Amino acid sequence: MLSEFLVITVGAILVNNFVLSKFLGICPFLGVSKKLDTALGMSGAVVFVMTLASLVASLVNRFLLVPMKLEFLQTLVFIVVIAALVQLVEIILQKVSAKLYESLGIFLPLITTNCAVLGCVVLNAKSAPGSVQSTWYGATIYGFCSAVGFALALVLFSSLREKLDLARVPKAFEGTAISLITAGILAMAFLGFSGLV
Amino acid sequence: MDTALVAIVSTGAIGGVLGVVIGVVAKAFAVETDERIERVGELLPGANCGGCGFAGCADFAKAVVGARALPGQCPVCSPDDVRNISQYLGIEAEQKEKRVAVVRCSGDCANTVRTLYNGIRDCRSAVVVAGGAKGCDHGCLGFGSCANACPFGAIEIRDGLAVVHPELCVGCENCVATCPKNLIVMVQASVDVHVYCNSPEKGAAKRLVCKTACIACRKCVKAGEEGQMVVDGFLVRTNYENPPTTDLVEKSQCPTSALRLASKHAANEYQGAAK
Repeated sequence: MLSEFLVITVGAILVNNFVLSKFLGICPFLGVSKKLDTALGMSGAVVFVMTLASLVASLVNRFLLVPMKLEFLQTLVFIVVIAALVQLVEIILQKVSAKLYESLGIFLPLITTNCAVLGCVVLNAKSAPGSVQSTWYGATIYGFCSAVGFALALVLFSSLREKLDLARVPKAFEGTAISLITAGILAMAFLGFSGLV
Repeated sequence: MDTALVAIVSTGAIGGVLGVVIGVVAKAFAVETDERIERVGELLPGANCGGCGFAGCADFAKAVVGARALPGQCPVCSPDDVRNISQYLGIEAEQKEKRVAVVRCSGDCANTVRTLYNGIRDCRSAVVVAGGAKGCDHGCLGFGSCANACPFGAIEIRDGLAVVHPELCVGCENCVATCPKNLIVMVQASVDVHVYCNSPEKGAAKRLVCKTACIACRKCVKAGEEGQMVVDGFLVRTNYENPPTTDLVEKSQCPTSALRLASKHAANEYQGAAK
């Protein structure tokens, strides 16, 4: 049991990193990685939402969609559930913890349409029946670890980009071009983890 | 047919339930916000420059409504804006004079001795290498750390010299701390005559490395009324408590053209003035 969780953890964070080997969530990966502190804010929000979304979506899938033989509606229902969940969390957070609400700020509603969140939920739903990932706790752990992997990639990349700002980049490669090249090299570095699990 | 019906009904039900839940929660967890904060925020410039000392315009609006700050603390607001906000909140408007930044150096590439520098294009990095690649140890390095800090685009880097455009400057003071040579000072916008030199070295030593240095010849001190220009070692400065009129520049015939009008300096009218 424990070894299975370890496999999920290491697999989701390093080997099958959401951004660098599954190429999910590229938009925020490039969009909010200009500064380290915004990257940290985004990472916090993603970890928060992805963990919750994995839990709720796996429950919806297990107790609603599968018994009613509506698996083909997974994508549609998951999007609705995630959007509603983010909305709910935002409303409650604003009232309960204004500090946390302010630090997550604009990133919370942005995540509603983050493909990494939907991707994680869909991967959970499509995992082999009987595996740890198909249970609600396994799904939650997988969601949390994937989000941590996303956060790791985002923080690494934003630190690199802060350094890049001071480097003298050839004119033709300035801006997005050098960012994409850097992201590619970072992904290649993560390829080194393949075969670990 | 059955499947389609089930799908439509169940998806509709899920959507409906979620909608109702969100509606109920939004009502139950409603946060009361002061509508005045929003209104004051609209009246503020919205540039989020931080010149007021708060985290941004929204934060400042909150402070103003909460009586922790006065509308006049915003350096960007025109007197009219301040009056509008004060009127809206029913508090007294206070008067204050607009202030602008001045970079106290006139040594562009044409007028100074410089050496080659291949490092990071940033003044604060350049100054680490033997105080910057400029003959004068006190002059503007011209890599534009201040210009990058300016949210209003009021500082131009012209031929290796930072030049403030007083009509664009709003006085937020973001640039002041970025200059490793401490060249930037805030002065009243109504004063136009400044000495564009900040080197305390002797006149002859300054002239070796810069054609437009102030050599403290005191021509301007004599041409103006008493106390308008003050001598500070080997440097003359404008007395901002008792500022001279704009015709002083014409009258004094500054031999190095270090004495300049900020408006004409911004318009590049002193090019080639130094002999």
